[in-house]
Amino acid sequence: MSPTVETLEAMERPPVTMGSRIEGELLEVSMGPQHPSTHGVFRMNVALEGEIVRKLKPVFGYLHRNHEKIGENTSYLGSMPYTDRLDYFCSMTNNWAYALSVEKLAGIEVPERAQYLRVILAELTRLQNHASLLGFLLNDMGAWGTPLMYAFREREKILDLFESLSGSRMMCDYMRFGGCRCDTPPGWMEQAKKIVDRFPRFIHELEQLVVGNEIVIGRTQNVGVLSPELAINAGITGPMLRACGVNYDIRKVDGYGFYPRFKFRIPLGEHGDTYDRLMLRVLEMRESLSILQQAFAQIQPGPIVNPKVKIRAFRPPAGEAYGRIEGPKGELGFYLISDGGPNPYRYRVRPPSFINLTVLEDLCLGHTVADVMVILGSVDIVMGEVDR
Amino acid sequence: MESLEQIKARIEAAIPEAKIELMPNPGPANQPSLLIDNEHARDIARFLRVEPALRLDFCSNVTGIDWLDRVVKKTVKVKTVVDGQEKELDQTTEEKTPGYLEAVYHLYSMTHKHGPVIIRLRTADRGDGARLPSLTPVWRSAEFQEREIFDLYGIRFDGHPDLRRILMWDEFQDHPMRKDYCEPDDYEWEPTPHDDVAEKAKQHYPLRPQLDGAEKITGQEETLKH
Repeated sequence: MSPTVETLEAMERPPVTMGSRIEGELLEVSMGPQHPSTHGVFRMNVALEGEIVRKLKPVFGYLHRNHEKIGENTSYLGSMPYTDRLDYFCSMTNNWAYALSVEKLAGIEVPERAQYLRVILAELTRLQNHASLLGFLLNDMGAWGTPLMYAFREREKILDLFESLSGSRMMCDYMRFGGCRCDTPPGWMEQAKKIVDRFPRFIHELEQLVVGNEIVIGRTQNVGVLSPELAINAGITGPMLRACGVNYDIRKVDGYGFYPRFKFRIPLGEHGDTYDRLMLRVLEMRESLSILQQAFAQIQPGPIVNPKVKIRAFRPPAGEAYGRIEGPKGELGFYLISDGGPNPYRYRVRPPSFINLTVLEDLCLGHTVADVMVILGSVDIVMGEVDR
Repeated sequence: MESLEQIKARIEAAIPEAKIELMPNPGPANQPSLLIDNEHARDIARFLRVEPALRLDFCSNVTGIDWLDRVVKKTVKVKTVVDGQEKELDQTTEEKTPGYLEAVYHLYSMTHKHGPVIIRLRTADRGDGARLPSLTPVWRSAEFQEREIFDLYGIRFDGHPDLRRILMWDEFQDHPMRKDYCEPDDYEWEPTPHDDVAEKAKQHYPLRPQLDGAEKITGQEETLKH
């Protein structure tokens, strides 16, 4: 946990260039972009010695639409629906991260009920993201369909909640600067409580399916081990970092929103391998449920948006701000520079899954091709966010 | 966490020849930053990471900013003697500030759980001088993000282990995040690898036997009749 200059500088870094197509005994294989386990259009140039990976270069940008340039040419509010498209699994947390940065930039206060609603929605997003990730990961390991469908059944209930609240299942566009767009419809909170009350049963079932499963253990334990020193130095965040045993959760560190009001623990892994990354998500879902229960008990009726904020013709004062939240995939940050105009001068997204890919090669070296899928699955990437 | 002035004093004590400037941030966010000189950037970065009181071991966000050439008009009242009378006349002077590119690093500490400390590097100009020392040897999290800045802003990072385009394709010419970037009307003319592949394929396969023009037409007509 205390890296020195020597250990980090001498840290073995893989050779850089791919060189020729067949280099000695190495065979270069292009995995992806049309591969079912790459979770989108993602390609890995892999140099193989037999079945062992000796080099791996991630190639992406197939989904690149220069989101940041669009953000610079759009008004502040106009970028809000675009943030849904970054990580399309977690549009609520994307909204929150963007709203938080703009609120920092303009110095906006958020009313209490909106803060509670944001916490509830972020934790629901975390639940459905982790559930579907586990399903996909098991899918990649060969458990075709069944665990994924179990996860999607639960995800569907949460998406129904999002739909009844915001009108859209995935592209929610729900948060606004200084609050949320609309209050909950009648009966929404009861429905949410019911779903949260029943969720532990799903986690329990999934855990029974996964934890002691011989194939899962064989495929994931000691596969893709990430050391805490490398994880910190490479800027890895989210469950992937905590699986290495580094206690760093922005909900606790920054205490943004109303998170300091809730009691929850930060699950930590011990080995940093794929199994730890998998199990950490199960444990995080449990903590999210506990936060949700507390939030349901504490939330009170009240105003949903700060009335002082001019949503239309919104011009924050000149300056810059960097705001970040703990998204389900890691640290999601927005860096904004305002020159006093209606558009941001600079609009930057810090995408967690893009930066978590930095160590993909280090994780995969020495493993077989089949392990690459499992390791990539445990990194939890969404190409909408990686390519932006 | 220490204030930015204290951090600045700490760096200057450790690296006396370093030139550091405190950049204020006027907005309500209250996130000022340190502008550090390119020559000692890597030493300063390493110091920030290792110094026990700071331990900024986590480089969260790296990004580029494009600042265009600016013309600032200044109006000064000058007293001059016109026809024996003293008059006040407005004299406007134009002051040109050449544009530059910036790279901004947001640093946090996972050990002490504090931050952010924001450092920025500035290039000499927006043309050939758009070079900066890479901080990837200090924080590896900058690896992909510096590649992205190189791709979208065109800053060359000296000492980066693998400086290639990351989001745009390798044959792409310009840097699309620059403020003066013009989108081409038509992307089709861009040389794509398909053209090279097509050339190679021509060499690989023998050409088809040349047919006389008349034969070709009659042959086609016959097939049409049937």
